[in-house]
Order: sequence, then structure tokens, then C-alpha cells
Amino acid sequence: MIWDLHCHIATVPGRTPDERMARFIEFADRMGIERLCIYMGQHWSRDPSPEDMRLQNDEVLQALSHWHHRAFGFVYLNPKHVEASLREIDRCIANGPMVGVKLWVAQKCNAKELDPIVEAAAKLKAVIFQHTWLKAAGNDAGESSPADLAELAARHPEATFICGHSGGDWERGLRTIRASKNIYTDLAGFDPTAGVTEMAVRELGAQRVLYGSDAGGRSLASQLGKVTGATISEHDRKLILGGNLKRLLTPILKQKGVAL
Amino acid sequence: MIASLIDVNVNLSRWPFRRLLQDEPSHLVSKLREHHVGQAWAGSFDGILHKDIAASNERLMHDCHQFGHGILAPFGVVNPMLPDWEEDLRRCHEDYKMRGIRLYPNYHGYKLDNPVFAKLLRAAAGCHLVVQLAVMMEDQRTQHPLMQIGPVDLEPLPSLLNQIENLRLILLNCFQPYNLQVISKLATTGKVCFDTSTLEGVGGIENLLKHIPSRYLLFGSNAPLFYFESALLKLKESFLSDDEKKFISSENARRLIE
Repeated sequence: MIWDLHCHIATVPGRTPDERMARFIEFADRMGIERLCIYMGQHWSRDPSPEDMRLQNDEVLQALSHWHHRAFGFVYLNPKHVEASLREIDRCIANGPMVGVKLWVAQKCNAKELDPIVEAAAKLKAVIFQHTWLKAAGNDAGESSPADLAELAARHPEATFICGHSGGDWERGLRTIRASKNIYTDLAGFDPTAGVTEMAVRELGAQRVLYGSDAGGRSLASQLGKVTGATISEHDRKLILGGNLKRLLTPILKQKGVAL
Repeated sequence: MIASLIDVNVNLSRWPFRRLLQDEPSHLVSKLREHHVGQAWAGSFDGILHKDIAASNERLMHDCHQFGHGILAPFGVVNPMLPDWEEDLRRCHEDYKMRGIRLYPNYHGYKLDNPVFAKLLRAAAGCHLVVQLAVMMEDQRTQHPLMQIGPVDLEPLPSLLNQIENLRLILLNCFQPYNLQVISKLATTGKVCFDTSTLEGVGGIENLLKHIPSRYLLFGSNAPLFYFESALLKLKESFLSDDEKKFISSENARRLIE
């Protein structure tokens, strides 16, 4: 069972969300991937306005509309617009099919504006995916590091967080989140450098490691190889490929009456 | 199942910044055999930073012979910034009977418009050696802060290639999000092939084949720095004809060394 935590329709060929999603499913089928988590719309904005957030989430809802048996949605939010973000949580998670929150680079995630968003998501048992990087030349303005996420996670022990890209520079990123037990790590969206999965299992435990691709910008294959090629036990591999994500999403899916 | 792969991009010895699971040649060969690789063109990580390139190439030759099980084909490193690099090239060709050489312009400190690069290409072509040029080794964003090495600037290459006869050039680790234009331009010269190791995007190979003919694409893993399986699965991810799959996974490489 393979569930891909980290997918985008923007970088998949197609004119509409429906076309892109259908194409995405073809590739997923080739790779044996059962479920995809989709975030963000056809044209990204790093600092979306409330209207743009809504548009992007609408596009994801449209993409999901024929594929609820194959895909889940995460609502894309901008903490600079707290009220609008809370409205999107209501619309897309509480009253819609989405199961998680996606936060990108509009604002660093240790800011206090994140608190009401995290509280609302946690109340609904939605997981929170935060993009993180540790760029050698310095992060972009508003771009979070794993340390920023650890700070946020410490303020919200009841919430479940995912450290996007394992911080990119994974040898530093994994160390940074090691002690934060409510942070899981995402293997997506950086070169398939050998050793990342083994280190993640060693330092976090396999239960905190999640396969994701960051496709369509990244290859489903190149990212999947990080797990299928890793020297780990078959038990751990199954957890990483899908078992952990299923476990994390089960409470909210149950709440929504989704049978797995 | 691919009958017998040719991987044009593997590496022996130690990556300077971390130990790798297959950085012992016997471990790498086991991994390659497990996945039905019949031939792997091997450079040496040592050649990236070591100044005694001659010793590095000698070790590469020895390791390929001792541990290679007939799979590993050594591609010695030549650094044209070192004194008497011509002797390294001669040894690769005459003493070791290598099929090709590997270059690291960004680590060795020269640009592709440096006349010595053209001289080296001409000399290699004159010896009928395949030339592999590593455009980058790792994402600059994740490099050690004291060792920031950007990708090789390929812009001077198309016009240079037109001046060199009989050259067979392979760009390794060459795909980046914004360099498709120069890659497409290079493909039109008919003298350059590209390995798949850093090709990304969902359906990456089939997407690329809309821009360059399949005869210029070669299977490459960049193992053991990258997981070998990442390269292998790309052949499955894309919708490819049997011929395309055969050419990319082995026949194109075979043609280069015939």
C-alpha cells in the first residue's frame, strides 16, 4: 500500500484541474500508488490573497471531485490572513472533504498568527503540513526552517505536524525535529540522496517518516526510490510508504465517515 | 523487466561529505547485479577533489578489475587545470585502455569557454574516448556551506561542439528546472547525450522526449550518491515504447562505445 503525502496538480500536464488529476492518476497507477494528497491549485502564489487562497482550494476541490476514492485534499492557507484562513478551514475541512492544512512560504511558521490556525486544525484532527528548507545560501523571506516548526509544535502538543522536505538539508533537518514527537517528516521534494531514509528511521523512528513525492515537479519514481531503495526492514518500509499516513489520517477520515 | 541495463553514471570510493551504503565497490556491484545491470561506467569520487589524479585513476582501474565482476568499466578523471594533464589522458587511453574519461569543470575551476577545455575535448576525441562531463554533483542548496559549487554553465558548449570532430560527449547530472532550452539546443548538435540521473517531474522521461530524440538519452543513476532505485523506477513511471526503453536503458550507451 503506497500513499503519497505530497502532490501538486500545478506541474502535471492538463488545461483544467480535472484533466490534470486524471493524468496524475495514470502515473500513480503505473507506480502502484493508491492515494495522493493534493495541495495548491493550478497557478501558485507564494503569498496568496484571501481570494487566491479560495481559488486554489476550489481547484483542488474540483480535482478531487471525481477521485475521492484515490485522493485527499489539504487546504492551502496564508497565516497573514488569519480570518480568511479560518474560513477556508471551515469551508474545506469542517464542511468539505479536505483532511489537512498546507502552509508554504508566506510567513514563517513560528509567528503567533499561526496559533489560531493550528488550534482550529487540531480541533478537527487535521494534520498540518509545513514546507521547510535549510538553504545553504539562506532561506527566502517567510520561508520556515525545521527549527521554526519545532517552535510552533512545542506550543501545540495536541496538534500533528509534518516537516516538509525534511528541511531539504536533511542531515540538519532531521536532527532539528528529532525531539519534537508531534512532528513527522516528509521525504519529498529533494534529490534522491542515499541515506536519508535510513537516517530518518534511525533518528526519528520509522513511525514518524512519511513517503511523499512533491510530484508533478518531482518524479514519483525518483522520490519513491528513496524508500524502496533504502536499507531498512520491510516492516518499516510499509509504515513509510503508507501505513503511517493512513494512521495519521484515520481519525479525521473516520469523523468524515470515509471508509478505508 | 529490462534484460541488461547499462548504467553510464556510477561512482567508486568515498563521497567527501558522508559515508554511503554502497561506497565499497563490492557493495555497489551487488546492488547493480541485483537490478540486472550488465555494465556500469564508473568514475571516482576521489577525482573530484584529489590533486593526485593519477593515483585516483590507478585505484579506480584496480577496483573495477578486482571487484567489478565484468560490470564496472572505469572512466578516469582528467583535470586540465593540473600540470601535465595530458599524461593522465594518455594513461587512461593507452595504459588502462579506458573507454572514456570524466570531467568536473566546476570542481576543477574552469569554464567551458576556457581554451584548455576545447584542447582536452579535441585530444579525447582524437583518442576515441567518450567524454563524460558532470554538470553538478548535488543540489547547491544542500551543499556544505564552506563548499558551494554551482552547476556548470553550458551556454558556451553548443558553438564549441561544432568545431570538434568525432566527439562523443555525455552530460551527467545535467537536468535542472530551468535548463531545458540549452539541453534541447545541445541535442541538435548530434554530439551530446544526457543521463537520466537528475531528470525530475512526473513522467520525466516521456516529457523530455517531446524535446529531444530518445537516441540522446542514457540511463544513469549517480549511485551510490543517489538511490539506484530512483533511476530505475523512472523507466517505469513514463509511458515509453519498447524501443525507447531499450535505447535508453542500454542501446544508446552501447552505440557510443562501439
